[in-house]
Amino acid sequence: MTALLATPKTGAATALRGTRRHRLARSLTVTGALALAVAALFVLTMMVGSFRLSATEVVASVLYLRDDPSVDFVVRGLRLPTAASALTVGLALGASGTIFQQLLRNPLASPDFVGITSGAGLAAVGGIVLLRIGGLAVSGLALGGAIVAALLMYLLAWRGGVSGYRFILIGIGMAVFFDGLIGYVLTKAQLFEARQAMHWLTGSVGQASTAELRLLTGALIVLLPAALLLQRPLRALELGDDAARALGTRTELSRAGLLAVAVVLVSLAVAVAGPIAFVALVAGPVANRLLGPATGGILAAALVGAALLLTADLVAVHLLPTPLPTGVVTGAVGAPYLLWLLATTNRQGAGG
Amino acid sequence: MSATSRYATPTAPRRARRAVALGPGLAVLGAVLVLVAFLSVTMGSRSLGLWEVLRALGSLDDDGSITSTVTLEMRVPRTLLGILVGAALGVAGAVLQGVTRNPLADAGIMGINSGAAACVVFAITVLGVRGVGVYIWFAFAGAIGALVLVYAIASMGREGATPLKLALAGAAVTAGLASVTTGIVMTNVDALNELRFWQVGSLAGRYRPILTGVAPFMLAGLAVSMFFGRALNGLALGEDMARGLGQHVTRTRAAAFAVVAVLAGAATAACGPIVFVGLVVPHLARFICGPDYRWILPYSMLLAPIVLLLADVLGRVAVAPDELQVGVVLGVLGAPAFVAIVRYARLSEV
Repeated sequence: MTALLATPKTGAATALRGTRRHRLARSLTVTGALALAVAALFVLTMMVGSFRLSATEVVASVLYLRDDPSVDFVVRGLRLPTAASALTVGLALGASGTIFQQLLRNPLASPDFVGITSGAGLAAVGGIVLLRIGGLAVSGLALGGAIVAALLMYLLAWRGGVSGYRFILIGIGMAVFFDGLIGYVLTKAQLFEARQAMHWLTGSVGQASTAELRLLTGALIVLLPAALLLQRPLRALELGDDAARALGTRTELSRAGLLAVAVVLVSLAVAVAGPIAFVALVAGPVANRLLGPATGGILAAALVGAALLLTADLVAVHLLPTPLPTGVVTGAVGAPYLLWLLATTNRQGAGG
Repeated sequence: MSATSRYATPTAPRRARRAVALGPGLAVLGAVLVLVAFLSVTMGSRSLGLWEVLRALGSLDDDGSITSTVTLEMRVPRTLLGILVGAALGVAGAVLQGVTRNPLADAGIMGINSGAAACVVFAITVLGVRGVGVYIWFAFAGAIGALVLVYAIASMGREGATPLKLALAGAAVTAGLASVTTGIVMTNVDALNELRFWQVGSLAGRYRPILTGVAPFMLAGLAVSMFFGRALNGLALGEDMARGLGQHVTRTRAAAFAVVAVLAGAATAACGPIVFVGLVVPHLARFICGPDYRWILPYSMLLAPIVLLLADVLGRVAVAPDELQVGVVLGVLGAPAFVAIVRYARLSEV
C-alpha cells in the first residue's frame, strides 16, 4: 500500500463509501422484509379454508413439532402441496424472469415473450390433444419443450457469441411460431381435449404432484445460490459486453451459465404449474422499484414472485365466488401494484 | 453554417445513394402489393378467371350471378380490408417500436388487444349485445381506452413517459385486463363462445359494413403517421438529444400514441388480434432500410399488407374448401423465414 493510497479518504471516496453502505442497507432491509412477507403469506395460505387453523398449529405441523392427526392431515396432506408449489414456482419464475430481463437488457424480455414458455405450451398442448395423455407425462413434455426451445434459440442466435438483440428477435420469431402451432392444434382438437389444453395453458398451482415438486425444490436449492454467485457478472454484463470484458468478466461463459440457470428454473416451474402468466415479467420491475438504488437483486425478485403467486392463490381460491386457476388471477393481482409503483416512483429503473 | 455543412458532407452522398436504392424499391413493393391483391381476389376455394373478375368489377353492381356476388361482396372487401389492416398494423408496430425504443413493443403488449377483448366481453356479458358488426365499436373503444390508460400512467412522475415506463405500463395493463377477461370468460360459457370467434384474428367473414366502418379511421391514421419519420429518428437518439435538436418530446410521444391508438384500434376491432404483422414486419422493414424511420414507415406500410394477404391466400388455398386462420399461416410459415433472416442479416437495432 503506497502512502498515496493510505492517506485519509478524500471527500469523493467517503461519499462513494456512504452510497455503497446505504445501498447495501437498503438491499438487506428490502430483501429481509420480502422474506418475512413471503413466510407470513406461506403460513396464511395454510391457515384459511373451510377448516380454519391457527398459525402456531400450522407451523407446528409443518415442522413435525406436534402430533395431531386431523391437523396434520389438513396441513401436510391437503394444503402444504399447494402452498409449497406456489412458493417454489413463484421463486423460480421471479428469479428467471429478472435474469432474462437483465441479461437481454430489456424490461419486456421475460421468458413469456421470448418463446420459452410457448415452447413448453406447444409440447404440452400437443401431448394433451394428439397423444391424449395427462398428469405427469404432460409436465415432462412441457419441461422438454421449454428446454428444446431455449437450446434452439441459443443455437440460432449464436454467431460467434450471442448478442442480446439477436436473441430477442429470434425469441419473437420462435414465440410467434409456437403460438401459431398451438392455435392450429387447438382448432383441430375435440372440445374435451381443447378445454383441458386451455386449462393447462392458464396455469394453476393446485395440480402439482409430489415428484415434480421435489424436483423443483431441489433445483431451487442448487440454482438460487448459483444465481446469487452469478449476480456480479450479470451486473457487469448489463453495462454491455465490452465494459464487462474490461471488468474481467468472461462474457460468453457467464451468459451461458446465467441462461442455463434461468432456463432450467422457468422450465421446471412451467412443468409444475403450467405457464402462469406475468409473474416472471412483473417480479423483476417490482423488486427493482422496491430496492431503489440497489437494483437488480435476483433474490428480491424471486421473493416478489413468490409473494405474488401466494397472494394470487389466496385470492383465486378464497376470495372469488367460484375458484379459478391461479394463472387467471396473477395479472389482476400483480398489474395494479406495478402500475401503482410506476405512477409513484420518480426514477428510472434498471434494465431500460 | 460552414461547420454544419462540413459535418454534413460525408453523410449526404450516402443518404442520396440510399434514396436512389430505396425509392424505386418502394415502387416495386407497390407493384407486388397490386399483384398480391389480384391473387387474393381471384384465388380461393372457388377460383375465378381474370375476365370474370374484371367484368364483375367493371359493372360494379351485383347482377345476381355467383361470380359477381363472390367478387363484389366477399373477395374485394376482404382484400381491401386485408390491405388496410395490414398497413395499419405494420405502421402502428413501427411507430410503437420507435416511441418505446423496444424491439418487443407491439399493439399486443401495449394493451390494445386485451383492452379490445375486455370491452367486447363487457358488451356481451353486461349489455347483452351480439354480432360482429356491433363488437367492432366496443373493441375500438376498448383498444383506445387501454392505450390512453397506458400513456396516462407512464407519463406520471417527473421524467414523463420514458420508453421503460411505457413498456412496463403497457405490459401491466395487458396483464390486468387479460386477467379480468379470462376470469369472466372462464365462468361464462356464453361469453367464451362469442369471444372465441372474435379472437381468432382472421380476415374471414369481415365484409362490406365492417370495411366501410373502419376504413376512414385507418386511412386518416396512415396519412398522419407518414409525417412521423423525422420525429421518430430524433427520439431514437435519446430523449436529451431529441430535445437538443429542438423537438418537443412529450408532444411527439402523445401524438404518436394517438395515431397508434387509431390505427391499431381500428385494425384490431375489425379483424381481432393478428400478432405477426405489427411485431415482425417493422423488423423486416428495418433490415431493408436501416434505422431511418422516414423509410421504415412507408416500407412497413407496404410490406405488412403483402405479408398479410399472402398468408390469407395461402390459408384459403392450402386446405380448400376449409380455411386456415391467417395467424396460423403467419406463425408457421412466416416465423421461420423471419428467424432465418435474423440469423443471416446484419441487424440494425431499434
